[in-house]
Amino acid sequence: MNRLAVFFGSDFLYRFRTDPVAVGATVVLGLFVLAAVFAPWLSGMNPHDPAQIDIMNSEIPPVWQDGGAPAFPFGTDAQGRDLLSAILYGLRISITIGIFAVMVQMTLGIVIGLVSGYLGGKVDAFFMRLADIQLSMSTLMLAIVALAVFQAAFGAELFADMAIIMLILVIGIAEWPQYARTIRASVLAERKKEYVEAARVIGLSAPVIMVRHILPNTLSPLLVISTVQVANAIISEAALSFLGLGMPVTKPSLGSLISAGFEYIFSGSWWITTIPAIVLIVLILSINLLGDWLRDVLNPRLYKG
Amino acid sequence: MALLDVRDLVVEFPTRHGTLTALSGISFSVDKGERVGIVGESGAGKSVAAFAILNLLSRPGRIAGGSITFEGQDLTQLSTQRMRAVRGNRISMIFQDPMMTLNPVLTIGTQMIETLKAHRDISEAEARRIAITRLGEVKIPSPEKRLDSYPHELSGGMRQRVVIAIALLTEPALIIADEPTTALDVTIQAEIMSLMLALCKSHGVGLILITHDLAVVSQVTQRVVVLYAGRVVESGETGRVVHNPVHPYTRGLLAALPGEAPPGARLTQIRGTMPSLNAIPEGCPFHPRCDYVQDRCRQAEPALDSLDGHLVRCVRAHELMAGQAA
Amino acid sequence: MSEAAAMTRDSGRESGGAPAADRPLVEARHVVKHFDLGGHFLQRERPTVKALNDVSITIRRGEAFCLVGESGCGKSTLARVVMGLLDPTDGEIRFDGTRIDALGHRARKPFHRRMQMIFQNPYASLNPRRTVQQTLEEPVRFHFPKLSDAEVKAKVEQVMVSVGNDPGWGNRYPHEFSGGQRQRISIARALMVDPDFVVADEPISALDVSIQAQVLNVMMDTRERLDLTYLFITHDLSVVRHFGSRVGVMYLGTLCELADTKTLFETPRHPYTRILLSAIPRVTTEEMQPPGLPGEVPSAMNLPSGCVFHDRCPLANARCSAEVPKPQSQADGTLVACHAVEEGRG
Repeated sequence: MNRLAVFFGSDFLYRFRTDPVAVGATVVLGLFVLAAVFAPWLSGMNPHDPAQIDIMNSEIPPVWQDGGAPAFPFGTDAQGRDLLSAILYGLRISITIGIFAVMVQMTLGIVIGLVSGYLGGKVDAFFMRLADIQLSMSTLMLAIVALAVFQAAFGAELFADMAIIMLILVIGIAEWPQYARTIRASVLAERKKEYVEAARVIGLSAPVIMVRHILPNTLSPLLVISTVQVANAIISEAALSFLGLGMPVTKPSLGSLISAGFEYIFSGSWWITTIPAIVLIVLILSINLLGDWLRDVLNPRLYKG
Repeated sequence: MALLDVRDLVVEFPTRHGTLTALSGISFSVDKGERVGIVGESGAGKSVAAFAILNLLSRPGRIAGGSITFEGQDLTQLSTQRMRAVRGNRISMIFQDPMMTLNPVLTIGTQMIETLKAHRDISEAEARRIAITRLGEVKIPSPEKRLDSYPHELSGGMRQRVVIAIALLTEPALIIADEPTTALDVTIQAEIMSLMLALCKSHGVGLILITHDLAVVSQVTQRVVVLYAGRVVESGETGRVVHNPVHPYTRGLLAALPGEAPPGARLTQIRGTMPSLNAIPEGCPFHPRCDYVQDRCRQAEPALDSLDGHLVRCVRAHELMAGQAA
Repeated sequence: MSEAAAMTRDSGRESGGAPAADRPLVEARHVVKHFDLGGHFLQRERPTVKALNDVSITIRRGEAFCLVGESGCGKSTLARVVMGLLDPTDGEIRFDGTRIDALGHRARKPFHRRMQMIFQNPYASLNPRRTVQQTLEEPVRFHFPKLSDAEVKAKVEQVMVSVGNDPGWGNRYPHEFSGGQRQRISIARALMVDPDFVVADEPISALDVSIQAQVLNVMMDTRERLDLTYLFITHDLSVVRHFGSRVGVMYLGTLCELADTKTLFETPRHPYTRILLSAIPRVTTEEMQPPGLPGEVPSAMNLPSGCVFHDRCPLANARCSAEVPKPQSQADGTLVACHAVEEGRG
């Protein structure tokens, strides 16, 4: 109760309430997340179920255009799927991949960053050089190579089943250095403080000091990176799907929807690719605006998204 | 007429929780060539007073009342332009951190010469000659060479000497020094304070020394002003205040110094802590911590009483002075 | 070592056995500490800060041993070496007769309980994310895992009251307290495990004068009540005169003089000690005088030859710049490392 009261009386909440951009971004993001969570109840059909798709309904324009049907507010795609349902389900997949990929990054990054920063010396040098090497190659390049090799080795069918997990792992592993570096920088700053020496004087072991004392004091920069990194992961996923290395068309994410609709854009069915693209852009924009605001408020040094 | 006369100065900081009054009507004056100490603990408002005089209050702080008369003109009424001609020229400032004054990317010489040329119409060579003289006065070895040094090449003590040399460049009438030696070791403190004392005397410069250290004040200044919670609680001739303090707070501060008590004995302590600006007690702001408190202390704030030139803000000042209060 | 460990482990409240009373509690023998600054890997000679150069001190049971000196003299480094926060480059640390600087983490645990530390900065020495209760319970739960929750809580309350804190502070966070209150919480944390020996590293220098007295009084009370031995690090000689029973004066990583407090203040012998004493500001109307200490403290990366103080010393001669003075015992037991004192020059 006490903590809650402290939070509500805090400067943090005050600055949030008085910043229209932060409030706006949060509202938009909240709507997207709710839409993703309740997708099965909000959509007219299950776009992943081939039995519910009628090819005769293909390429119906959105409801505000001539020839639109009220059953399909955003129209349908080339297979006759309701675009709104596909977007809601796609949003679900995109956000899931984004969040879980970031959790993988965070876990790797926290462990490596804490150990590097606290132990220093050769361990630190090893991990930081590894991070340099990994950062010198782009995430997408690494992901493309990994996914292409997997697809070639195990076949497209298995790949389609495993796509979500593969995307989470690949995007997760490719971006750990961001976290590791930020955590390491915070650890280096924190470990010089006297409360860490006090913990050593008590006789606590290094792992206990790292997790119980140092880690909680490095969390505010983590919050900032996490928002930006979720956005980055969603973009990476969309890009990979667009390139055909991500979610299969049968279980489309936002990226695969954009990709699938792309070939129809000049045949007049512009909505198949444009509407998911707008959704993606608004989603990324709201996350990034929120992240920028958090960075301004919490002001962690050293991290440039 | 006094060189600097501060009358009923009020400084406020508006915040979203309401307006905080950092200084509620302080008055003091500095005569030409006089050294005055302003003493107080953190939160007493002593640095705010210095910044207010120089019109350097950080936003949203503002002077909400009173006047600051320096050499006949009211500084609170001056335009930014006119103020600039006073600040750094007629009044110099020395901060605790010398790097507040020194620019890390310019040599000492460049900074000194630029300061001089900004305030006076002189040639480069003339400015350089004055700079070398001033560096010599603050006892910096081989001042010609030091002109080409960058601040980071000097130790903390040397930097503070350079800052003093810069403060003296324009031959000001008043120097305001805010905790100039707090960050320094005792031997360097003694070196620098004795240097400042000698220079103020030889140049006839007035000095406002802002510090928490009553011992330093007693050895450097002629008059002292004790601040508590944004108010003057006692002021007078330094010797009188430190040897015969009247206000219970001043007495407490002096008794708390370990050097004055017999070894091993418990030190006299002032209970509690300085109130924060948003919770200043009713009546006399010191009453919750005071050993001489009476009911009337909780009712109304006492006025500053004059006991032949020694000002004390305490309703029991006469009793305390006569040593009758228990 | 193992019997010492067995002696104190989980031994509850009483402070470990009854060892010979005249054995010194803490000894630092010929401690050397050099910090490698890394430098460039192509540099042949890497820059090294020589923070401590052959320093020996002996702290007797029940005394308040003060180390004084100006910044960079190595007093805090020595405290950290004694506490095991830094490893000595050379020399050894003994606690109650046992050499502790080379012990492993497990073997050292009983000594962690018996040796505690109070830090300088009240704003950094408490973990901002933990409540006062969490901070105070941690050392007890670690060293006395068998205590029940109720016993731990009772212990916290007892210690909080003993240092003059309100036991109701438990659920609050450090930022809600003033500097003096935080410092008293830090003292409470150190006392939670019933230590024998407490190192206090400039515990009052960040506090206001009136608060300094409060904290110093608490430290003197606890010393008498709990029979503590203190190692008190400070730059403030007036605090030393008030608090200390013996004093070591350090300059540039060396011990210049070690004496009883009274003796040191009455008859300072080492030239540096004399200058240091003359520089203490006093409440007096005498004007401040320059202390007569020419130049500046040399860099610890490039120590002067011979006596480290010779280039600033009013009594220095050729021998001082050539030969390092050894601490010599005087008639009254004072140790002085100075050729001039030895030769009766000053």
